[in-house]
Amino acid sequence: MGSPVPAGEGSPGASVATNTSPGLKAPTRRGTELVMLSFAAGLVTLALILVELNQERSLSLRILYLGLAYLGLFACAHLAVRRWAPYADPAILPCVALLNGLGLVVIHRIDLALEGTVFPDGSTWDPVAFKQVIWTGIGLLLFAATLKFLPDHRMLARFGYTFGLVGLVALLLPGVLPGFIAPTINGAKIWLRIGPLSLQPGEFAKILLMVFFAAFLVSKRDLFTVAGRRFLGMDLPRARDLGPLFAAWGVTVAVMVLQKDLGSSLLFFGIVLVLLYIATERAAWVVLGLGLFAGGAIIAWKLFTHVQQRVANWQDPIARYDVIGGGYQISQSLFGLATGGIGGAGLGAGRPEMIPEANTDFITAVIGEELGFVGFAALLLVYMVFALRGLRGAISVRDSFGKLLGGGLAFAVCFQVFIVVGGVTKLIPMTGITAPFLSYGGSSLLANYILVALLLRISAAARAPQRIAKPKPQQPAIADQHTVMVERPK
Amino acid sequence: MNTPLRRVGMAMMVMIVLLLGNATWVQVINADEWRKNAYNRRVLLDEYARKRGLITVADGTVIADVKETSDRLRFLRTYNSGPAYAPVTGYLSVTYGTSGMERAENDLLNGSDDRLFTRRVSALITGRDPVGGNVQLTLNSKVQQTAYDQLTAKGFTGSVVAIKPDTGEILAMASTPSYDPNLLASHDVNEQAAAWKQLTAKDAGDPLVNRATQALYPAGSTLKVVVAAAALADGKNKDTQYTAKGSITLPGSQTPLPNFNGTPCGPGETVSMETALAKSCNTAFGEMAGQLGANKLRRQAEKFGFNDPDLAVPLAVETSTLGPIPDDAALYQTGIGQRDVQITPLENAVIAATIANNGKRMQPYLVSKILGPDLKSIDDTEPDQVDTAMSTANANALRDMMIQSETNTGGEGRLQNVQVASKTGTAEHGADVTKNKPHAWYIAFAPAQKPEIAIAVIVEDGGDRGLGATGGKVAAPIGRAVMNAYLAGR
Repeated sequence: MGSPVPAGEGSPGASVATNTSPGLKAPTRRGTELVMLSFAAGLVTLALILVELNQERSLSLRILYLGLAYLGLFACAHLAVRRWAPYADPAILPCVALLNGLGLVVIHRIDLALEGTVFPDGSTWDPVAFKQVIWTGIGLLLFAATLKFLPDHRMLARFGYTFGLVGLVALLLPGVLPGFIAPTINGAKIWLRIGPLSLQPGEFAKILLMVFFAAFLVSKRDLFTVAGRRFLGMDLPRARDLGPLFAAWGVTVAVMVLQKDLGSSLLFFGIVLVLLYIATERAAWVVLGLGLFAGGAIIAWKLFTHVQQRVANWQDPIARYDVIGGGYQISQSLFGLATGGIGGAGLGAGRPEMIPEANTDFITAVIGEELGFVGFAALLLVYMVFALRGLRGAISVRDSFGKLLGGGLAFAVCFQVFIVVGGVTKLIPMTGITAPFLSYGGSSLLANYILVALLLRISAAARAPQRIAKPKPQQPAIADQHTVMVERPK
Repeated sequence: MNTPLRRVGMAMMVMIVLLLGNATWVQVINADEWRKNAYNRRVLLDEYARKRGLITVADGTVIADVKETSDRLRFLRTYNSGPAYAPVTGYLSVTYGTSGMERAENDLLNGSDDRLFTRRVSALITGRDPVGGNVQLTLNSKVQQTAYDQLTAKGFTGSVVAIKPDTGEILAMASTPSYDPNLLASHDVNEQAAAWKQLTAKDAGDPLVNRATQALYPAGSTLKVVVAAAALADGKNKDTQYTAKGSITLPGSQTPLPNFNGTPCGPGETVSMETALAKSCNTAFGEMAGQLGANKLRRQAEKFGFNDPDLAVPLAVETSTLGPIPDDAALYQTGIGQRDVQITPLENAVIAATIANNGKRMQPYLVSKILGPDLKSIDDTEPDQVDTAMSTANANALRDMMIQSETNTGGEGRLQNVQVASKTGTAEHGADVTKNKPHAWYIAFAPAQKPEIAIAVIVEDGGDRGLGATGGKVAAPIGRAVMNAYLAGR
């Protein structure tokens, strides 16, 4: 496994160009990636300078060192890609670098604003930017390790069921474990506490389950395309094939009930639906799934007060401004966004610390307030470029598992952004979910770096020149051969 | 699988476009709704973070200052001679908002006014904090202080307005009881709340109301100058004869309309307009109004500034009206300033100033100059003639009659060597005139031949004289002192 160039026909990792036009190497575009990474590093350094200036702290060479350290960190990531996935898409890593860097700057900015604040319960604000830098480092290590030890994404398909089981356990574990290791934080029971460390296993489960579903659907693909009855112009699947869909739905409901985590359940169910749709090419699955989800959502709304609260906060946050668990948070987010307006208050010059959870779920609202609509739109477009480049890899890659996994991963990021940003801007009810690469939180960051590594691996497989099998030497037909007398051994 | 993957790509783009559209709605199109929401403290905190402009009186004395503090709201508003100027300056309170000039000129004082645009841009480039513009008032500190001292010396509830007749500059605007705006501007929330509670208490006497512009009173006999002006415009002169009876019966009713104490206006059957005004005979003026009719009376009143709902100096001014005047009885009563006549002290001062200014009505104003943070003038208010209420000849005739009136008026503090033209009023109000103490009015200007100051004084509920109060005894001494303060200080 140590070799970056695994042998085998059509290996996507093959770096030896043996194309139809020998001698002409396919471009790797690693240089482009490095230039874009430097650009991202420049932007992030500039953002940091603005924050320090606007928070009226003296500028020192420290900032330059921080910028260089950041550039160095991503230069290492770049070298890892150069070494282990030279044909990977060049736009994905710079997008991630920009998002992660901006996230670090904003987390630091909130730290500065809340420094020395004493909360009603007597505790003081604990700066977290440095922790997030450590998490970023670990995340990039994990990223490099994934690229190194996974030379071919198809290896994952072999462990599909294992991954599925582990993923399911990881997803449901916090919901069923007792409170001392799985505490309820902000109403959601999605954390595991081991010593000083808090983990959200659900973030990793998301990827594990995606691998499982991709592998499962590829192997059982034919089963799902068998037509059942036709209804309203759609081919409905047979009742017995609905099993996986109902299973996914059940898990979704379990997450919603046991862990009170609306965002994750919505995200998870959306991913399963999209994977089913990509695998079967049939819209009937989506319609069926949406119907199931709508039914589940309505029942949940009727039964659970926490769901009713979210919906009421979404409908009229101002009316519930003073209610505990009411519209204060979403109102503050909207106040910030509106006060920022088109151009924004300027990084470090707004008052985003007034939004509770400003450095996690509502971090995009901070960017909307301080960089304005312009910065907010740019942020969304960076996410879109990231997701579309990931999807591009899935479209070009040649194997079904890669297509399914790549499409699922790209969609997962985009859909997660939709859920969290939609919640922050009052497009949909707020469900409490992190913004990929931006929000403070180790689990989310680590899981997303693995996700990026997988996307790069798939795009590398898609873009690498394919080794054409050597044509076998032409042999005359057997019938034309001379009869050779073979001596019987003595 | 590529077709569904492309469709998923479309779906991702749709999600991003939805988010962008919603962000446009929240941050650009509908932003004002959230920005101006009462719960949104961002805008207010931003304003406090900027150094607010000063308010000065005509001689440059600062009456609203700012002091830098070490707390979260960086600047503290301080008021010098707070209670004397409070009706004009108003207050600036984090909890209770703004009033008076602080509200009317808020954009300028907090630096967001368009007239300060170039200065804001230069502040942005040079990196200095943007600063608010300064407001220089027309108030004369000596006149204002005299007015306030005169009202408070005997604990009167009332108001004094002084106007420079040829320009409309407001020289004094006092209202009592007043309050100390420093208490409401305090950064200590509890101190603010305590002050607010005390000032809005039932027995506090509405100190937060600026009676000069916000309170409407029956005009009483001071309205007789308006009736006389209408009669002069109708072709009558100072020698036109009217009834001298001690009491007449209102047309179409049994209700009597008596003179003060029921005394006849003169020895004969009739009396001249001049004498009727000098002695303030109700019967003569009832008859005069009856002859003129409601329309002529109303037209004359409007020329003096009645029925102007948009008047702002720039403090908003309540609309003075003659009331509906449904029949002749009401017309007679309107002629002596009773019935439904409602007038602000400011409007009464405008009437005096208009007569003093040869019948030309000038727009009253409080702001003489807008100064930039660098104390350079940005905008000077030019005197503005809004109407011609009387011909010069009629105005002079009315002035001569008012000189006679002043001679006939008792009270203390007659000015030496200065001829004064005036009219008093003793306005009855409430259901039972034998129990409700009348309001004492005095309008005047001086020197009569070349007027430099016109004033209106009202003392509510008879001041210290109770039921026996008259305009001459209670209000006239205050008016004379105020005019003297100005004329002596020239």
